[in-house]
Amino acid sequence: MAGLATTLGSGAMTNSIAEIGDAACIMAIGTSTTEAHPIIGYQVKKAVRQGAKLIVANPQEVPLARFADLFLPLKPGSDVALLMGMARIILEEGLHDQQYIEERCENLDQFKQSLEEYTLQFVSDITGLPGEDIVNAARMYAENNPSSILYCMGITQHSHGTDNVIAISNLALITGNLGRTSGGVNPLRGQNNVQGACDMGSLPNVFTGYQKVTDEAARQKFEKAWGASLSGEPGLTHTEIFDAAHRGEIKAIYLIGENPVLTEANAAHSLEAMKKLEFFVVQDIFLNETAALADVVLPAASFAEKNGTAVNTERRVQRVRKVLDPVGDAKPDWWIVSAIANEMGAEGFAYNSAAEIFKEITSLTPSYAGITYERLEEGGLQWPCPTEDHPGTPILHTEKFNTPSGKGKLMPIKYRPSEDCCDFDFPLILTTERNLYQFHSTMTRYSEGLDELSGGEHIMINPADAEKLGVADGDLVEVNSRRGKLQVKAKITRRSQEGVASLSFHFAECPTNLLTSAALDPVAKTPETKVCAIRINKA
Amino acid sequence: MSELITLNIDGVEVKAAPGTTILRAALANDIYIPHLCDHKELTSVGICRVCLVEIEGRRPTVSCMTPVEEGMVVTTSNEELDQIRKVNMELLVLNHDYDCQNCAKNSKCQLQELTRYVGIDENRINAMRAPELASPLDDSNPYYLRDLNKCVLCGICVRTCEEIQGDECIDFTFRGIETKIGVLGDKPIAESTCVTCGECVTRCPVGALVPRHAVEPTYEVDTVCPFCGCGCGITVGARGGKVVSSVADPDSPANNGSLCVKGRFGLGFVNSPDRLTTPLIRKDGDLVEASWEEALALIGDKLGQYKGEQFATIASAKCTVEDNYVMQKFTRAVMGTNNIDHCARL
Ligand code: SF4
Ligand code: SF4
Ligand code: SF4
Ligand code: FES
Repeated sequence: MAGLATTLGSGAMTNSIAEIGDAACIMAIGTSTTEAHPIIGYQVKKAVRQGAKLIVANPQEVPLARFADLFLPLKPGSDVALLMGMARIILEEGLHDQQYIEERCENLDQFKQSLEEYTLQFVSDITGLPGEDIVNAARMYAENNPSSILYCMGITQHSHGTDNVIAISNLALITGNLGRTSGGVNPLRGQNNVQGACDMGSLPNVFTGYQKVTDEAARQKFEKAWGASLSGEPGLTHTEIFDAAHRGEIKAIYLIGENPVLTEANAAHSLEAMKKLEFFVVQDIFLNETAALADVVLPAASFAEKNGTAVNTERRVQRVRKVLDPVGDAKPDWWIVSAIANEMGAEGFAYNSAAEIFKEITSLTPSYAGITYERLEEGGLQWPCPTEDHPGTPILHTEKFNTPSGKGKLMPIKYRPSEDCCDFDFPLILTTERNLYQFHSTMTRYSEGLDELSGGEHIMINPADAEKLGVADGDLVEVNSRRGKLQVKAKITRRSQEGVASLSFHFAECPTNLLTSAALDPVAKTPETKVCAIRINKA
Repeated sequence: MSELITLNIDGVEVKAAPGTTILRAALANDIYIPHLCDHKELTSVGICRVCLVEIEGRRPTVSCMTPVEEGMVVTTSNEELDQIRKVNMELLVLNHDYDCQNCAKNSKCQLQELTRYVGIDENRINAMRAPELASPLDDSNPYYLRDLNKCVLCGICVRTCEEIQGDECIDFTFRGIETKIGVLGDKPIAESTCVTCGECVTRCPVGALVPRHAVEPTYEVDTVCPFCGCGCGITVGARGGKVVSSVADPDSPANNGSLCVKGRFGLGFVNSPDRLTTPLIRKDGDLVEASWEEALALIGDKLGQYKGEQFATIASAKCTVEDNYVMQKFTRAVMGTNNIDHCARL
């Protein structure tokens, strides 16, 4: 979430789930909320029932579009153009919040200059949307306050995902929608504890609570607490790690609870990389496709078999409680990692419980300092929670932003097309998406019934494209990209717009990411799994 | 907050916010008024008419549709009320399949509670009954069963789907004595737009909508759903070393008593026979079972040789805060590198 960190100084959801239902306008961009975040979907539908305006911007006609006042089926990868175009209209028509901008934002002039490029004609050409719809979206968003923007992987999973996020925050800033109830900029986190993993510094450039590894003082604090000397050089990102392994520079990987054979963009490349490793340890609850490649596989306890905490998408730290003893010889992940550290003779890993670890975390993490297991018994707490009498923070930036100046920074953005463009050989665009019943990896596949409901993997093709290709509903087709190919059944549906086909990435039988592109966002280093040029033939 | 309204129900002084119905004001003060089609999270519709009360100076009224008024004097039971209530009740259960012994809802059923209160005359009912129970069991959904022979047409499921889930998968179909809750075209539920959130199943007051394979847990624990970033609070039930149930934690601010299909029905993976139960080590090309001692010794020895930039950890957004903390501490402090990331970017 590098984008938000630049403009607002913090990369998390600014507001809370329960507030969404009371918004006057919701713009859901790049999220199929009812499928990926059903409970938030309920809130959106609640807001609509109460009279809120709903704008859904998505290349696919996602189920939420049915409830929308305005559905914008924009071309994949054209989000920046839409968002900047809306900002231009808002400023031109004087729908912005002048006082808020003066008091709380900076860099307006430079930002305004960068809007010159985004004429209605230009934005309409890039997005494929009628100009009238773009104008209406701008007015609807700006005139109905508070207005909340929800977004998800559809926005971040692009080679210019960071730009998308900045464009969203620009829009919220000029309309005064940050720091107020039911407004905000709200990235919806995919997995149960993505927020917590980030908060804990399972990232190459930060310790816990986003304390930078390059910051001398932070490093010294952790060196002292951990009794070790630490590197001030940021590490490699997920995708870079597999690239380095491919080049033979990374020789050993310890991989926990993931299945990159299924989820990694350009999976064929990652697969080769994993095969080149000299030593590969995988820790999981199942012997998944990736674990099958390992030198050592370690059995982990499931969420129901351990104590701890998890942080949801609204920054709420909540208790995970043990229901059962672990199956067989399985152990909690923290126990296993500590056991390895102890085996290697390291100090500071003699933990007996998750509670002990949590105390160490709060002592080193200012935004968590006021959270204790005792307080969590009363319900979750939203960080920042700096002291034990602090009630937690449901809404961020109510008084100032976490930037050096305390102001929200309006950022100029240039439009850049997606890296993987269509041409004669690969005339269609493929996007990936998620199915309500399935989940990122293998977990749901072992829950009887979910597989049945999901109906298996399909590639969704618009009727007009299907006719040109001579493909009928249920036909087996071969899908080729510049990086790989696979076979899958076709589903003919208007959910896909003309020229765009869509696949989800849940099933081992059909590893979608063999096809997708690993072009990286230059700042967030997010691989572009959302846009990929393809060709479809009847198999 | 506007001023509370004071009224009198069965001689008890009760206070309620303006706009509250008599029924909900009574229930909130532990005064039972029979009711079937009212649910505190849904709009009131007044279909079942068993919630009749008498308000001083007025005809018997349905309490679930009447807002409280200052100084109101309400009686919940007298001979006239009980008589009308009994008739209304008989009409509701005319076609009900009274096989309580074999019903999954037995002892948690609101109809049983109501029957105990109102009392019905089985002979009269049997005399009026339609000759056979008409609806076949709909077992097309993998997680819940629909037995319309138990349905009392309270419409709670219809309103739940509309107001909570925000969909309109089911509705009243047909007319008169033929009326039933159905899917467009009278198809099995699996062929509808139902997303199996199970919200209607948890709210159905009788045994018409019940989870499949329902097992009573021996104990329950409050925890957090392991799937998406909403972080719904769930109460997980267990029995015999297995997870057997999951219901929404009503106190969790994240989900406010709701769940989706995954959190409610998708926890079966914990019990899967395919779970890893022991460390595995690759020997002569195959992964073979090993002890923790052996696995840890091997890993400790090997990782010792790859300290620094030739090593990386891929951590997990599915693991806890504590797990992730220890992973990054290990990577930084023991392995001496910042090469750690997880799949949040995806
Ligand atoms: S399970 Fe959910 S979606 Fe299906 S009918 Fe019931 S409320 Fe509607
Ligand atoms: S199925 Fe249950 S909730 Fe729905 S109308 Fe019948 S009794 Fe009421
Ligand atoms: S119940 Fe559904 S919406 Fe709630 S956390 Fe679980 S997966 Fe997400
Ligand atoms: S509860 Fe009042 S009419 Fe049903």
